[in-house]
Amino acid sequence: MDILGAQLVNGLSYGLLLFIITCGLSLIFGILGVLNLAHGSLYMFGAYIAYSLTATYTQSFWTALIVAPIIVALIALVVERVLLRPTYHLGHLSQVLLTFGLAYVFHDIASFIWGSNVLSITVPTALAGSFAIFGQTFPVYRLAVIAIGLVIAILLWFVQEKTKWGAIIRAGLSDKEMIGGLGVNIKLVFTTVFVIGGLLAGFGGVIAAPVLGIYPSMEFETLILALVVLVIGGLGSISGTLVASILVGLVETFSRFLVPELSMFLVFGLMAVILVAKPNGLLGKQVAHS
Amino acid sequence: MRNTYVQFLVSFVALAAAPFVLSLFHLNLLSEILILAIFALSLNVLVGFTGLVSLGHAAFFGVGAYTAAVVAQNVSADMFVTLGLAVAGSFLLAAVIGMFCIKVSGFYFLMLTLAFSQMIYSFIHQSTNLTGGSNGLSGIPRPEMGSFIFGNPVLIFYLVLAVFFVSYAVLRMIVKSPYGQVLVGIRENETRVKSMGYNTGFYKYSAFILAGIFGGVSGALYTYFNGFIAPSDVYWTMSGTALIMVLVGGAGTMLGPVLGAALIVVLETIVSSYVDQWMLVLGLVFITFVVFFPKGIVGIGQSLYKNAVKKKPVYEKKKSRAA
Repeated sequence: MDILGAQLVNGLSYGLLLFIITCGLSLIFGILGVLNLAHGSLYMFGAYIAYSLTATYTQSFWTALIVAPIIVALIALVVERVLLRPTYHLGHLSQVLLTFGLAYVFHDIASFIWGSNVLSITVPTALAGSFAIFGQTFPVYRLAVIAIGLVIAILLWFVQEKTKWGAIIRAGLSDKEMIGGLGVNIKLVFTTVFVIGGLLAGFGGVIAAPVLGIYPSMEFETLILALVVLVIGGLGSISGTLVASILVGLVETFSRFLVPELSMFLVFGLMAVILVAKPNGLLGKQVAHS
Repeated sequence: MRNTYVQFLVSFVALAAAPFVLSLFHLNLLSEILILAIFALSLNVLVGFTGLVSLGHAAFFGVGAYTAAVVAQNVSADMFVTLGLAVAGSFLLAAVIGMFCIKVSGFYFLMLTLAFSQMIYSFIHQSTNLTGGSNGLSGIPRPEMGSFIFGNPVLIFYLVLAVFFVSYAVLRMIVKSPYGQVLVGIRENETRVKSMGYNTGFYKYSAFILAGIFGGVSGALYTYFNGFIAPSDVYWTMSGTALIMVLVGGAGTMLGPVLGAALIVVLETIVSSYVDQWMLVLGLVFITFVVFFPKGIVGIGQSLYKNAVKKKPVYEKKKSRAA
């Protein structure tokens, strides 16, 4: 029983890590209608920039945690202004393909700057200890990840449901033209949401780096998992993303523990079953097709 | 119609003469182009004609390639056995995956195909006894036909060339047939085609299986050509490359995917000999095409042709018609 409890905590922390990474993707998809396949690359940049900061310049994880996401958000700003804004008339599918091409470009830029070695970030001393629950010792960092994930979830929920900005975002989700007609600068909303998505991706990269490591093609692995979470939760739904992240985190952790050869297989199987049974995801709204 | 036959014959003769002109390196490059062209053509049935953008087509390529490899190593290297089983394997896979995938469309289709192909990838990656795991399978015997062995690159090239032309002709006939027109109708407006009384689900399902089968054929050829197969050929970047070939060449045309495959393979060979950043170049080329030439190479050719025709004075056109 103890060992199952331990897996439960591991699964939860992994799930919330997935949530931190995926919620930006979900937000962008919900508002812009663009499935940002370069989201994994932004996540990767967050991790690599944090590595450079901690390894060379400041040595401080906390500085990296603030600076790296801001740099990634700036990259996202450039991407939105230069690549996406002039191409909204091409249709959503073309834009998805654009971000796909961008993922290729970013992949090589990262391997050009940082090489192809496996890198890692050391956990800050404040979170380096370990903890005992269920008779097992846990790194404090894992618990911190759970806490951070929950805080972000609550923050996003609060902004979306309780503030004027959230109301605009929700309105944009259901009818973009109408909200534009009501005098809201929808282009500015798009840019802001994309930048916030980038910020969250970069933040996720820094948080995940000590747990998952930094290596080439990390962005593709994470992107695939993020897409699975997105589909299970329902496109464009933050609460769905949270539920799905935890579900995927638990399934992945438990199957890796019980039937290690089938772990990825089970996650994708879960996604296929849910897509067929509930095509809009667990908590998804009906999203108009492009 | 006769024009088509002439074009076919000329390109066949030109390609068949290639081994007498080209060096071995360039001949192998041409074989690779033709194999990937079949792969891109099969994906084009879905992406270009039916309007279903799949990001998991490497699954069929991989199953075809691995079936051909495993059968050649353990049972028989006879071409009819290996190719037949590769087709059967990819047919079965497409029949199963298709049942799930055609229920959804748009982004969901893209992600579901991606998920299934990653399932196949992780299966191949992890079942080390059967597929060699991450090492892949090497030393696969060359294909035979009776007592005849396709023992050198030139013979393999002719095999690939023959299969390419058969596949091209079959796919062309299918997409030009009334069946193919229904697929185009589904791409343009599925609801309308459905309301006209067509069972669109069946059409999409059969198109999915068709694409899967030819994906398997190209995979089997790749095994013959390389004598080696690794899990990276089943990874989703392979699906991505095929999608890029289709879109860069021109989706929804027959010539497009072939030109796309040629451009990408040639470009990769040239770029890789100078710099390591091949994916960067591929990404930039792809972005350029999506933004500026959404109809691909074929689209560029068509608009050039149209401009050339437009510039001709009108009376000349009339004269030629009278003659």
